[in-house]
Amino acid sequence: MILSILEQGLIYGILALGLLITYRILDFPDLTVDSSFPLGAAVSAVLTLQGMPPWLTLLCALLAGSLAGLVTGLIHVKCHVRDLLSGIITMTGLYSINLNIAGKANLPLFSGETLFRNGFTKSLPPWIAPYATALTILLIALAAKLLLDWFLKTKAGYLLRAAGDNAAVVTTLARDQGMVKIMGLMIANALVALAGAVMCQQQRFFDISMGTGTMVIGLASVIIGTNLFRRASFMKSTTMAILGSILYKACVSIAISLGLEATNMKLITAVLFLLILVMSQAKRKKVRIHA
Amino acid sequence: MLEFDAITKIYNPGTVHETSLFHDFNLRIEDHSFVTVVGSNGSGKTSMLNILCGTIPVEAGTIRIGGEDITKVKEFRRYRRMGRVYQDPAKGTCPTMTILENLAMADNKGRPFGLTRGTNRARIQAYRDMLAPLGLGLEDKLGVPVGNLSGGQRQTLALLMATMTPIDFLILDEHTAALDPKTAEIVMELTDRIVREKHLTTLMVTHNLRHAVQYGDRLLMMHQGQIVLDKGGEEKKHTQVEDLLSLFNAISVECGN
Repeated sequence: MILSILEQGLIYGILALGLLITYRILDFPDLTVDSSFPLGAAVSAVLTLQGMPPWLTLLCALLAGSLAGLVTGLIHVKCHVRDLLSGIITMTGLYSINLNIAGKANLPLFSGETLFRNGFTKSLPPWIAPYATALTILLIALAAKLLLDWFLKTKAGYLLRAAGDNAAVVTTLARDQGMVKIMGLMIANALVALAGAVMCQQQRFFDISMGTGTMVIGLASVIIGTNLFRRASFMKSTTMAILGSILYKACVSIAISLGLEATNMKLITAVLFLLILVMSQAKRKKVRIHA
Repeated sequence: MLEFDAITKIYNPGTVHETSLFHDFNLRIEDHSFVTVVGSNGSGKTSMLNILCGTIPVEAGTIRIGGEDITKVKEFRRYRRMGRVYQDPAKGTCPTMTILENLAMADNKGRPFGLTRGTNRARIQAYRDMLAPLGLGLEDKLGVPVGNLSGGQRQTLALLMATMTPIDFLILDEHTAALDPKTAEIVMELTDRIVREKHLTTLMVTHNLRHAVQYGDRLLMMHQGQIVLDKGGEEKKHTQVEDLLSLFNAISVECGN
């Protein structure tokens, strides 16, 4: 069970990195993610079935996700639609596109090779083989985290942080804050689609409904991580998000092992998220009173 | 030369709340002049700045800089040549970013924001040297998030950030109004020094009549979208706070206040 918590937690960790950008840095409630997660999965599944090396499908998923972010960004910035609505519009439209990409609502990958089941993983010695999947996912999550850390320290990264912090500063720096927002949404949704692709490779099927609740899971992870480790100033927010997502997955697993049925998964997800949200707000209030 | 030519500005056009602020508004400002602007609330001071910066559109008229029509130029593009400091000290800086990160960003204005390192380490000493003479101790706090600073410290930082890179215009929108009297003096003196050193064409809106009289080389008073007083050169030097106050009162009586 611990292994599966780690595997899924790390996959959702990649997702949390994306939501860290929209929710935490840009302050943009981006619902696109509920569809860009299955978008990544659909792209990865279809391309894998067509014989593309699984790792290459991950890159294609990244690209597809960034396009989804681009659409939401353009709707918000160029058509002046409110942030939440822009995401909902893209999310709704993408549902059909995802179906079109996959061809049907369910796409199993049981027969062929996947990222975690191929000639290489079969040749691994038995003592490491059970951990191969978790290790591979860890590598991908780590690579995504380090790249994001690096990006946030570049000039473009500074601008992204400024856009969420105080957009007026971006404008007075003679930069188009709309473009910066679009850039942020593209990176965020690219990461979310990557998470979807990795998830699809790990569970070896694509399902059209796998994206429902993505935003809630990702947000819960970010909020758990950043609240729990708030005092650990040495820790980067990207690390907090990934750890938060593993913890969150563990909570859900415990809830299920305590007898809650898997059919109630989304309900558990929502209730847990509400609890976390309320708790983090209560804590913030306390700090304000002390201050 | 900065020119407002026959500007018309109407708020809420086509609704019952339609109000015309500017009707055929004209103003010329010479290069390298330091203009202070006073006037009651709603007189159009801040609207004038917003029109100049492109924050709000106009219904008619043209704005020209050096003869070039910038009426249709987008706001963010206009800031290539302008720096702006707002009344709210929180508006000019990014609170979760450190002093160093804020300065590094401002230092890069006008250049591409690409994938190179955000902070140029070679410039850190220059930033320290810039902050040290202010006597606010900011030079030792480069790693502190700006949100932890006081309003005065943030406003000083915002002023430095706005004037770090080569610009032609400095737009000051009541930038000392939210500060305590002592800090307001410090920020005002710093402003004056920067404007002189860099020969910036400056438009400063203020409610502090003494600042309006003491600083700058031209004084405007605005009322209901019109310039009711315009004193430059020798005339400005002889203007007293009392003169402004009596005019202010006369206008207010007219309005029935």
